Amino acid sequence: MRGKDRKVCLFFMLSLFTVFLSIFLASCGPQAQKKEQVKSIKIWHWMSDREEAFLELAGRYEKETGVRVNFELYAPSDAYTQKVRAAAQTNTLPDIFGILGEKRYFASFVKSGYVYDLTEEMDRDLGAWKNKLFAKALAVNEFEQENSFGVKPGIYGVPIDVTNIQMLYNKDLLRSVGADPSNPPKTWKDLIEVNKKLKANGVHGLVSGWGEIWMIDCLASNYAFNIMGKDKVLATIRGEVSYTDPDWIKVFDLFREMRDEGLLASGIVTMVNKTAEQLFANNRAAFAFNGSWCVNVYKGMNPNLNYGAMLPPQVSDKYPMTIWGGAGSSFMVNTKSKEVQLAVDFLKWITDAPQQIFLSKETQGLPSNKYSLKDMPMVLSQFASAMDNATHPNVWGVSEFPAVIEAFNKGIQYIIIGEKTPEQLAADIQAVKEREMAKKQ
Amino acid sequence: MRTKTTLQNYLFVLPAVLIFSIFYIYPFYKVFTLSLCQWDGIARFDFAKNFIGLSNFIELFQDKIWWGAILQAGYITLIALTFQNALALGLALACDRDIKGGNIYRVIFYLPPVLSEVVVGLVWKWIYDGNYGLLNYWLQNIGLSNLVTDWLSNPKTALICVAIIHCWKGFGWGFIIFLAGLQTIPRQLYEPAKVDGASSWQMFKSVTLPLMVPVFILVSILTVLGTMQVFVLILSMTGGGPGYHTEVPVTRILASMVGSSRFGYACSQGIMFGAVLLAVSFVQIKLSKYMKQA
Repeated sequence: MRGKDRKVCLFFMLSLFTVFLSIFLASCGPQAQKKEQVKSIKIWHWMSDREEAFLELAGRYEKETGVRVNFELYAPSDAYTQKVRAAAQTNTLPDIFGILGEKRYFASFVKSGYVYDLTEEMDRDLGAWKNKLFAKALAVNEFEQENSFGVKPGIYGVPIDVTNIQMLYNKDLLRSVGADPSNPPKTWKDLIEVNKKLKANGVHGLVSGWGEIWMIDCLASNYAFNIMGKDKVLATIRGEVSYTDPDWIKVFDLFREMRDEGLLASGIVTMVNKTAEQLFANNRAAFAFNGSWCVNVYKGMNPNLNYGAMLPPQVSDKYPMTIWGGAGSSFMVNTKSKEVQLAVDFLKWITDAPQQIFLSKETQGLPSNKYSLKDMPMVLSQFASAMDNATHPNVWGVSEFPAVIEAFNKGIQYIIIGEKTPEQLAADIQAVKEREMAKKQ
Repeated sequence: MRTKTTLQNYLFVLPAVLIFSIFYIYPFYKVFTLSLCQWDGIARFDFAKNFIGLSNFIELFQDKIWWGAILQAGYITLIALTFQNALALGLALACDRDIKGGNIYRVIFYLPPVLSEVVVGLVWKWIYDGNYGLLNYWLQNIGLSNLVTDWLSNPKTALICVAIIHCWKGFGWGFIIFLAGLQTIPRQLYEPAKVDGASSWQMFKSVTLPLMVPVFILVSILTVLGTMQVFVLILSMTGGGPGYHTEVPVTRILASMVGSSRFGYACSQGIMFGAVLLAVSFVQIKLSKYMKQA
């Protein structure tokens, strides 16, 4: 290479290197904030079904207050979760965001100083804000005194809606086998009896997204509460009661019985909830185990679907039937936000009755504001009325090891496919539990 | 002058070194560091506080589900190495001849690899569906009702069903590479064999096969590396279920990282998986060298 060419080439390489370095450094640094005349806040969420309603509310809020609210949607929820975690590490969380997953993760966000403590705001004016929200929805965002997570007690999030998970029944299909649709099965025995008739008519019994294994956990937990009561379930999580206890085996045995009685739709172990929703909406299954969000989903799939919601039929009358429920989606305020007060003001506004009624109507969901239960469809009212029976792992104050939860849920799949007995499963889960407890010590 | 030239030379390679360091060496270093820690991906990362030594690796060696997932990926790989590549070679041999509409066949055979894995997974999930799937419908129509099953929920059929779709989706790559390899073999080599009265099989065995050894090696290494890392199809078809019957290493890594928030353990799984792949590739290369010499 001639000297001149070499110099040109070197100059070119150096320029390229400088440009690359500049771009890299610029992208690593904090984003340059454009000075805006209009005050604004940024919200990250994952709720693709609520995007339009949120944008409409953002428009209304800007008109009322002059504050611009930028909703940014990141879906699906797994991708959203990773985005929030990555943003936390780089200090680029928005003013308002949501945290998905178990309470231990929420606690980790709080302990790391990413979440603003809303207790003072909630308690202001004799608890005006706090008192208008459903206590069970708020409890999901609350850390009590001496909680096992080591988080300073307080309220760290605002529920914007409420959900619970129940059984749905198809009134037309029940009628077709001679069952009374206004009186759906209330006990386990009733359910098995109705299923026999449905089976004889070639109708699927129960559909649910048990391929997404957390829903198995949900139903099993409902029955665990019904069979042994809350205290014993929590004692098991604390490691004081073994999973090999006869009551737990009774819980696992229900899944064996469901399998043997042909109650479960075929393919349920790998079925995603969307498929289960399609089967139920198309009158191909008599029962579904699903959350209150399904009202909006079924409306989209089959507006003429004739169905109702009920508590899972109880096995024992020793303890009440308990379902999972509480805050559906919650928003948290970023401690490091420059607009903490604007963010809090917006959350107060969005949980006010007019906005909650609007959200409920648009998304067919349950409002978090207890004074907004107006003009709701019948089935949604049924979901709302079951809130008294609702509980949620996030309010139990203790949480099970992820490895145990996985062994529990996957193990129930093994019972359904006939590869494990309830006793074997109980022993397997207990072995995982003991291993995890030993690791912790 | 010499120092200046040396400096200039280093400057030339600096951008490449920088890119390689930032996007390869640093992430690998981070993954290795994390694999020695217990971290949930949320709290501020503090190496000294999170350091747990080799605990993740010790736990990993005892993790039966992890090794089961590796075996299952190995099973799919074995099927891909044999049936998928045999199919690809057979079709490449057929298309290597002067047949009518050869280009159309090439396009058709290359279609599955360019389709999105998620779409392929969901379409086949529908075909395999135990309730309303096409496969069961056809089986019933041709009088094979006894074979009707829940293909993806049945532990006896789930993994093989996924493996078949992986082969269907992947044979196009092998087909194209084999075809390219076949077309580099000079036609003149076949002429003397033909004159000597060699059969098609003899020509294949004595001419095609030895010359295709480097291509076989390439295809087999790509097949092993590609198949062991299969996961999109699994996620869209079975989610790893029923139970752990279709779990593969990447779905386990995902479960550790996203499901359990055990970033350190997930990183140790990643390193272990990388080591397994490296070992398999090393054995393959050694074997292929031996084959070449033979």
